[in-house]
Amino acid sequence: MKKHPLDDYLRVARMPHIWCPGCGLGLVVNCFLRGLLRSQLNLDKVVIVSGIGCTGRAAGYINLDSFHTTHGRAVPFATGLKVANPELEVVVISGDGDLVAIGGNHLIHAARRNTDLTVLCVNNFVYGMTGGQMGPTTPLTARTTTSRGGSVDRPFNIPHLAAASGAAYVARWTTAHVRRLEKAVTEALLKKGFSLVEIVSPCPTYYGRMNKQVTGLDQMKYFRDNSVIKSGIDPKGVGIEVNGPIVVGKFIDRG
Amino acid sequence: MKTETKEVIIIPERCKECGFCIEFCPKHLILASAEINSKGYHPVYISDISQCTRCDICGMICPDFAISVVSKKEPSRV
Repeated sequence: MKKHPLDDYLRVARMPHIWCPGCGLGLVVNCFLRGLLRSQLNLDKVVIVSGIGCTGRAAGYINLDSFHTTHGRAVPFATGLKVANPELEVVVISGDGDLVAIGGNHLIHAARRNTDLTVLCVNNFVYGMTGGQMGPTTPLTARTTTSRGGSVDRPFNIPHLAAASGAAYVARWTTAHVRRLEKAVTEALLKKGFSLVEIVSPCPTYYGRMNKQVTGLDQMKYFRDNSVIKSGIDPKGVGIEVNGPIVVGKFIDRG
Repeated sequence: MKTETKEVIIIPERCKECGFCIEFCPKHLILASAEINSKGYHPVYISDISQCTRCDICGMICPDFAISVVSKKEPSRV
């Protein structure tokens, strides 16, 4: 069998991974690995920490030192690693349900303390692994398995949450922006301080199917056609709405 | 003297037929084949390799690590 260039950095025995066809998580791991290789960091000093959920599987597929933690506690475990051994470059790859819902407090306090972590928050708008329940990032009026008539709560605006808490680097890209995502990963890894990259990702199985974007490809086309790049603007106004534009870009880069 | 050439590799067993590379290839060279892999998907193939610019968008956008551009060093013929 032919060898993929990233096979050296993946646990190949576990491939093919469990993520659904049309899911963006494999793409996030792909772009993360490319961004990591481009940053020229010593890979023996890089640790991947992830929580629970579909995205939490990422730590199990990347062949670096990795840590699969309890639900919502990826950031505290990562903070402990960084404080105990400041030489390490600690990366948290986790989902919105893990980082913003159950781990919301940990996220804002890590940003407040400006802990030197890199957080990749994959936002697919629902709790995917447990059956597609609505979460804190589900856009208003979006349908999920527990909001059949449409969500009635206003969602979290993740870049604004992180920026208001004091993060040093905040960006948002979608899975349709692969080159910019790779570059953002490199910048976030090399940034001293708390850096957060929100990655808007398709979940065709539980979000797309119920919101008239039946396949992952439909969601990708939507991201590509409806994204507006506005780097440097105040992240206060970049909330995501159903059928609205997705504002992407690098919002905060504090020197 | 060695020259560097780039070629596209496809690992058909990993393809899950999500269609990302088919849609996002800037030259629309990638198509789904009639073959079926062991998971029951139709893996992709490249229709006209002579037009491929090796931009590696397919490799970056593939969620299943099934397609990529690889560099190969081989002795030049000159």
